[in-house]
Amino acid sequence: MRHILSILIENEAGALSRVAGLFSARGYNIESLSVAPTEDPTLSRMTIVTSGSDDIIEQITKQLNKLIEVVKVIDLHEAEHIERELMLIKVRATGKEREEMKRMADIFRGRIIDVTEKTYTIELTGPGAKLDAFIQAVDRSVILETVRTGASGIGRGERILKI
Amino acid sequence: MELTGAEIVARCLAEEGVEYVFGYPGGAVLEIYDAIFKQDKFKHILVRHEQAAVHAADAYSRSSNKIGVALVTSGPGATNAITGIATAHLDSIPMIVISGQVATPAIGLDAFQEVDMVGITRPCVKHNFLVKDVSELADTFKKAFYIATTGRPGPVVIDIPKDVTQKKAEFSYPNSVSMRSYTPINKGHPGQIKKAVQLISEAKRPLIYVGGGAVLSDASAQVTELVRTLDFPCTNTLMGLGAYPGDDPKFIGMLGMHGTYEANLAMQYCDVLIAIGARFDDRVISMPNHFLASPKKIIHIDVDPSSIAKRVKVDVPIVGNCRDVLEEMLALLRTTPERPDADALQTWWKQIEEWRAPNSLRYDQPSDIIKPQFVVETLHKLTNGDAIITSDVGQHQMFAAQYYKFKRPRQWINSGGLGTMGVGLPYAMGAKLANPELDVVCITGEASIQMNIQELSTAKQYHTPVKIVNLNNGYLGMVRQWQEMFYENRYAESYVDALPDFVKLAEAYGHVGMRISNPADVEGALREALALKDRLVFMDFMIDPKTNVFPMVGNGKGLNQMALPPHMRHLQQTPTLKERDYGNLS
Repeated sequence: MRHILSILIENEAGALSRVAGLFSARGYNIESLSVAPTEDPTLSRMTIVTSGSDDIIEQITKQLNKLIEVVKVIDLHEAEHIERELMLIKVRATGKEREEMKRMADIFRGRIIDVTEKTYTIELTGPGAKLDAFIQAVDRSVILETVRTGASGIGRGERILKI
Repeated sequence: MELTGAEIVARCLAEEGVEYVFGYPGGAVLEIYDAIFKQDKFKHILVRHEQAAVHAADAYSRSSNKIGVALVTSGPGATNAITGIATAHLDSIPMIVISGQVATPAIGLDAFQEVDMVGITRPCVKHNFLVKDVSELADTFKKAFYIATTGRPGPVVIDIPKDVTQKKAEFSYPNSVSMRSYTPINKGHPGQIKKAVQLISEAKRPLIYVGGGAVLSDASAQVTELVRTLDFPCTNTLMGLGAYPGDDPKFIGMLGMHGTYEANLAMQYCDVLIAIGARFDDRVISMPNHFLASPKKIIHIDVDPSSIAKRVKVDVPIVGNCRDVLEEMLALLRTTPERPDADALQTWWKQIEEWRAPNSLRYDQPSDIIKPQFVVETLHKLTNGDAIITSDVGQHQMFAAQYYKFKRPRQWINSGGLGTMGVGLPYAMGAKLANPELDVVCITGEASIQMNIQELSTAKQYHTPVKIVNLNNGYLGMVRQWQEMFYENRYAESYVDALPDFVKLAEAYGHVGMRISNPADVEGALREALALKDRLVFMDFMIDPKTNVFPMVGNGKGLNQMALPPHMRHLQQTPTLKERDYGNLS
């Protein structure tokens, strides 16, 4: 089953490689990983999307906690949460496809952020599944390039991950 | 006062009360060696290969509750240390390894003797540091010692670029350390301890299963009190040997792949298992499914939460230092009147005694060829079970574990987790330096000993008069045993041809060498060697090349499916629990 782990980790050189190394050494999956400093520049927040049985997720959480630089780990799936991911997608936009792409971007509440005679670059945010749906919805042959940030997640309501 | 980075390194080690640093100099650590030369707080032991420095530091930690320190140069010095670091890591041994690094401006430029030490060691350390600023050196050392020795212990690497050892900074050693991201738990959860005591009181067929965690947390006294308070049988893992006295009747032997018949069957058929600082690894329980096929309730005490429910789901997990948790458990037991059903316990003991009766460690010593078991038993007798025993890895290691009845923790030094051949001699040196008043004996084989034989030179230089018992069967014995049992006697590369004359070799290094080929000479030779208190004696025992280690739980087999020694082969293939009135576990 798919899980989203939120991790607070010391913003130090090498901390990311410890997390990545742990996943590869113990054979855990990483679907996506995103990381950046928080409002406190000494701390980074990492979101890892992974999958596995409950036992495996429990081990992953324990192993992450064991890393000296990891301050806190929560599994967002334990409660209500919000997941967002940003995608930039460059598509061919010529002839009647140009109008079609504009409409499609509107339907998915995307924004066209760069325009040339032949291309649009569309910015799209949402849960990973929505971005997947957009890719499914447009003709594969018009996609020139995609770049995705990987998911970021946060608990709903009063649930806060802080030290 | 302003000091150079190198001087700071020396001062930090002195502040931590370090007695010995095991190491080997080279370009990147010359400044540190110069600083060591100018101080007199600790001694440096110059090994002949960096791997041995790390093993010796590791054994220094294992055999005392002090901490071993190794110092190696960058590049090849650092990579030679890796096996030693991984060995300590898998057995959770606290240790500090300082490695030199090329100067910070040269890092990443493929400089001479550059390797990414932090990158290479990441999967086999508890933590590691690259110190890029001399002003952070003292804090880093404080943190490193703290991390290495607390929680589940482990090796910590400090990688120091050469320019950092040359630059100056104000030195003051921190008194304390606190890290928001690292707060090990020692005390167990009172609710869980209560649950455990409740479960214990309902046990009909209990077993106490003790691992290396009990040794590392100095919980031996508490384990012993628990066993005696409850009158429960106790088994130790390879790493737990000595945590409960091996010569006590409540001790039913080591368990696992080469455990005793009674320990393995008790492990399989117990109904309440108290696991103390043990991790249900593959060499102990073999297949989890098979192990759990006989239903049991499990209490698991471990300082590392990730050890709990890793291979086996447990009923009462207790995260905490084994000693602290057992103290609390014993306190609760003292005020709890309920005790397990005495009749059921007696019936269980009767069953265990029936399993114990045929003596699965029995062997026959013929008059013409030396059996390895006989050498270890005789050594045990002559040293009164008091010596520190180190071993390498293989059949001799198992014979040492089975036939030397360890009385106390930190007396048995071996590589259990990584199974590193070549540790025996450097382990013996490290243990002897930590315990100069004790006899230290390295039980090894002709293959393992050659993996760090060069340390005979170090032992001469620093006068570490250890005794080496070389059980020489001319084979990689354990490999040969597997080939005999599972590969139809195809002995692929397991015969060690062209062996040196170990007697002459020992003498060439300035030691005493002996060769013993006759069973009648075993005791006399050991006596003579042990009497030579101030000499390293290398005893080359020419042993039976075909002796196998029994019992044996083969790969993929259950604990109740042991291959047994010849005198027990008439017994049932998969012994079951006799139907007796144990009552039902609620």
